[in-house]
Amino acid sequence: MSDHHHHHDDGHGREHDRPLSGPALRVKALESLLVEKGLVDPKTLDEIVEAFETKVGPRNGARVVARAWVDPAYKQRLLTNSRAAIAEFGFYGYGEDMVVLENTPKVRNVVVCTLCSCYPWSVLGLPPVWYKSAPYRARAVIDPRGVLKDLGNAVPDDVEVRVWDSTAELRYLVLPVRPAGTEGWSEEQLAAIVTRDAMIGVAEVTVPAGSRR
Amino acid sequence: MNGVHDMGGMHGMGPVEIEQNEPVFHAEWEKRVFALRLAANFHRKWNGDMNRHAVERMPPAAYLASTYYERVLFGLQTLLAERGVVTREELESGVAAGKASVPGPLAAEGIETMLRNRKAVRRGENVLPRFEAGDAVVARNNHPSGHTRLPRYARGRRGVVDRDCGVYVFPDTSAMAGDPRPQHLYSVRFAARELWGSAANERDSVYLNLWDDHLDPA
Repeated sequence: MSDHHHHHDDGHGREHDRPLSGPALRVKALESLLVEKGLVDPKTLDEIVEAFETKVGPRNGARVVARAWVDPAYKQRLLTNSRAAIAEFGFYGYGEDMVVLENTPKVRNVVVCTLCSCYPWSVLGLPPVWYKSAPYRARAVIDPRGVLKDLGNAVPDDVEVRVWDSTAELRYLVLPVRPAGTEGWSEEQLAAIVTRDAMIGVAEVTVPAGSRR
Repeated sequence: MNGVHDMGGMHGMGPVEIEQNEPVFHAEWEKRVFALRLAANFHRKWNGDMNRHAVERMPPAAYLASTYYERVLFGLQTLLAERGVVTREELESGVAAGKASVPGPLAAEGIETMLRNRKAVRRGENVLPRFEAGDAVVARNNHPSGHTRLPRYARGRRGVVDRDCGVYVFPDTSAMAGDPRPQHLYSVRFAARELWGSAANERDSVYLNLWDDHLDPA
C-alpha cells in the first residue's frame, strides 16, 4: 500500500475554511469510505477520541503510585501481582498485563519500546511524541545515562540503570522513589506531584516549589 | 524483518526533546485516524501483531520521515486492503463499491469492553516452559524477513532469565499466519556490556521480553 498523492481531495461537498494537508485529506477520505461501507460509526469515533482525551491518562498511574507510597500492603500487591493490584482502581478499559518496576536509591528503571511504541495506555494514556520518536527508541537502550543526563536527570555512577525494552503485550509502569519532604502528605497530594515522565522512568518525582503540605 | 523500525542502538537520530504540556493529539486528523484504527480492529480481520507488521513494512525512507499517526494511517490502509475488508480500488477512489460483509460497526457502548479485551494474548494453555529464572540463555541469531519481536541488537547475545511471565501468543507467527503458537514468555536480562561493549556501564542492563522460540540454553 503506497501513499497516494492525488486523492479525490473532496468531491464530498463542503470543505473546511482552511485547506487540509496531505494526511488530513487522506484520513478524511478514509473515514468517509469506511462509514459508507458500514465498517465504522462516526459517533463511535467521537466517543473513542473523547475517552482517550478524558478518561485515561497519567493521572491514573499517579493514583497507583501514590497509593503504593502510603499503603505498604498495596505496594506489596502491586509489585507481586501488578495487573490485579491496578485493577483495584477500576480504570476505564483497563486490561493490560502489567509489571511494576520499583525504583530505589540504587536502581533506576527506564522503559522504552525500540520496535514500535508499546505503552501502558490505561494507566498512562497515549504515549507522548518523544516516546514514539526515533531519538528515544534508538538511544534509550544503548545510552540510557546520556538520555537521562540530557533530560536534566543524570544518574550517579554507583546507581544501576535497568532499561526495559517493551517487546510484549506486557506493559511496564515505574514506581518512582517518594521524594523527601512529603512525610504526612495525603494520597491525593502525592498523586498530584507524580509525573508521566517519572512513571516512564526518565525523571524523578520532586516536590515542586510552592507546593507544600 | 531487518527494518528501520528496529531502532535500538542506532546513532544519529538526534536529541530526545520533551514537549511541555503536550496535548493528547496535535491535529484533528490524528484523532480520527487513531479512532478509525481502533474501530476497524473491532471486526477482528487482523490482530495486533499483524498491525505492527503492517506498519514496519512501510518503505524505510517514508517510515523515518513520517509521524506516528501517518504510520498508523499507512498500517490501517495496508491491512484493510490485504485482509480484504476494502479493495485497493475503493481506497484509491474513496468510493464504496458496496457495504462490507460485517455484522455492524462498533457501537459507542462497546468501546470499553473492546479496550479491556484488546490485549487478551495471555493464554491458559498448559505449555511447559523451556527455561526458568536464573537460566543462562542465548538469543537466537535469526534474521527472518517477516515479523519478529527479537530486536537485532540482542541476537546472538547471552542473557539470564529474570522471570517466567507465563504463556503468551507468539507474535512472530501470529503476525504472519495468525498462528498463535502459545509458549512461555520470559523477561531476560542482558548486561549492557554484552550488548554494547566495554564502553557501557558495568552495572547496567537491558531487559527484553522474549519467547521460548527466541532462546537457546547458553
